[in-house]
Amino acid sequence: MTITTTAPANRAALLVLADGRFPAGGHAHSGGAEAAVAAGRLYDATSLEAFCRGRLDTAGLVAAALAAAAAAGVDPLLLDEAADARTPSPALRATARKLGRQMMRAARACWPSPVLDALAAARPRGAHQPVVLGVTASAAGLGPLDAAHAAAYEAVSGPATAAVRLLSLDPFDATAVLARLAPDLDRVAQQAVDSARLALDSDVDALPAASAPLLEIAAERHAAWPVRLFAS
Amino acid sequence: MHLDHPETYPQRYSHPSPATALSGKHPAPTSSSAPTVRPDGTRRALRIGLGGPVGSGKTATVAAICRQLRDELSIAVVTNDIYTREDAEFLLRNAVLPAERITAVETGACPHTAIRDDISANLEAVEDLEETVGPLDLVLVESGGDNLTATFSKGLVDAQIFVIDVAGGDKIPRKGGPGVSTADLLVVNKTDLAPLVGADLGVMARDARTQRGELPVAFTSLTEPDGIAPVIGWVRERLAGWTAAAA
Ligand SMILES: Nc1nc2c(ncn2[C@@H]2O[C@H](COP(=O)(O)OP(=O)(O)OP(=O)(O)O)[C@@H](O)[C@H]2O)c(=O)[nH]1
Ligand SMILES: [Mg+2]
Repeated sequence: MTITTTAPANRAALLVLADGRFPAGGHAHSGGAEAAVAAGRLYDATSLEAFCRGRLDTAGLVAAALAAAAAAGVDPLLLDEAADARTPSPALRATARKLGRQMMRAARACWPSPVLDALAAARPRGAHQPVVLGVTASAAGLGPLDAAHAAAYEAVSGPATAAVRLLSLDPFDATAVLARLAPDLDRVAQQAVDSARLALDSDVDALPAASAPLLEIAAERHAAWPVRLFAS
Repeated sequence: MHLDHPETYPQRYSHPSPATALSGKHPAPTSSSAPTVRPDGTRRALRIGLGGPVGSGKTATVAAICRQLRDELSIAVVTNDIYTREDAEFLLRNAVLPAERITAVETGACPHTAIRDDISANLEAVEDLEETVGPLDLVLVESGGDNLTATFSKGLVDAQIFVIDVAGGDKIPRKGGPGVSTADLLVVNKTDLAPLVGADLGVMARDARTQRGELPVAFTSLTEPDGIAPVIGWVRERLAGWTAAAA
């Protein structure tokens, strides 16, 4: 099997899947932004951009690669284990599975498919969200590159939206950050697809394992806060 | 060929859906679009949402309903706080229900999103409760205090109660908004405070009627013994309709 990387069909389905209003639970999560704001690392548009770049090249790349591999047909259960191995923080694992379960609900309503049903049956409490996203992409007739784009974009759009709420940041500034990141999103998505191709030909160890220790540590602390605006 | 959704949408449309038309069954007396059966085929619990402005008495109403009905019904509660677990903790502290029957959903600072636009976390909470302590007869979903436009999705609840209070000003019913004008039951709470804040209950009742037509309004004072009675009467009616539709 080969992975197509040319402009795919079903472009509009990608818009539906990647829409921030897609009802899969993302609105309650800040992608680490709330913890970063509290720690004083995220306080304006410039620091938001730095935060997003860091997240994109670590958690974002890993998520995009998992999603691309799932969309390319790599066994989602193996990818789910690979996602666990790449997520040291138990809090982030729990978050990823919770969001995966929510994504699964929306996905089955939008693009019913036996592959989604099988994954839901095998992981009733939720598989890692990027894996579900990848399987969803293929159910929607999308390819690995689309899945990678959606995962990468989500890795930065979540924190940007959260920063607007947390810092009362000018929404135009926050969206301009995302626009400036667009070439990097394309690069990361391509990188993710390249590694997905390797994983398809060898095994899931070929997928990137780029980690952001500060995101993991902060997520553990954040999960223990008694009062917070976002679930993660 | 016209392909219809496999679930029926009772009362969503004025004409019967193909499924009900074929089976000859009456539509359920609710407006929910959520599937009404559990995976095993039995009828799931009736889900009632409670919304309304901050501090109007939603949690107090939930607590009073639970106290009144918990001996005869299997009840669970889902809370949607804005940024704390206050509501869940209040219910726990007051031993309104055993801890395993209360779940707090985190809403990312937007309870109206979690109860209307993206209901996935709430649906999961409800389903998990059914799975761990079920079968349930009644699930109460409280929204964190929000604004006058917050309403529940029909995909999440079968009926909704909008709770306002007299201390918020007797102009609230006149202002209307989706909560006041469309909720299945409007509760005007804290009537005991009316003389203290100069609220005219007659004006509130009249304005509510203008906004709501024949939809019911209950005036309550939860500081008085059995102050919840009008709400209990309404809940019992909904439950009776729900179980009758199952038969
Ligand atoms: N006097 C009076 N006080 C009431 C009544 N009902 C509730 N309260 C009080 O009003 C306050 C707020 O009640 P809650 O039930 O917490 O209100 P809520 O709508 O759940 O509030 P949020 O969830 O924070 O939006 C509490 O101090 C209650 O004791 C009532 O009928 N009369
Ligand atoms: Mg409350």
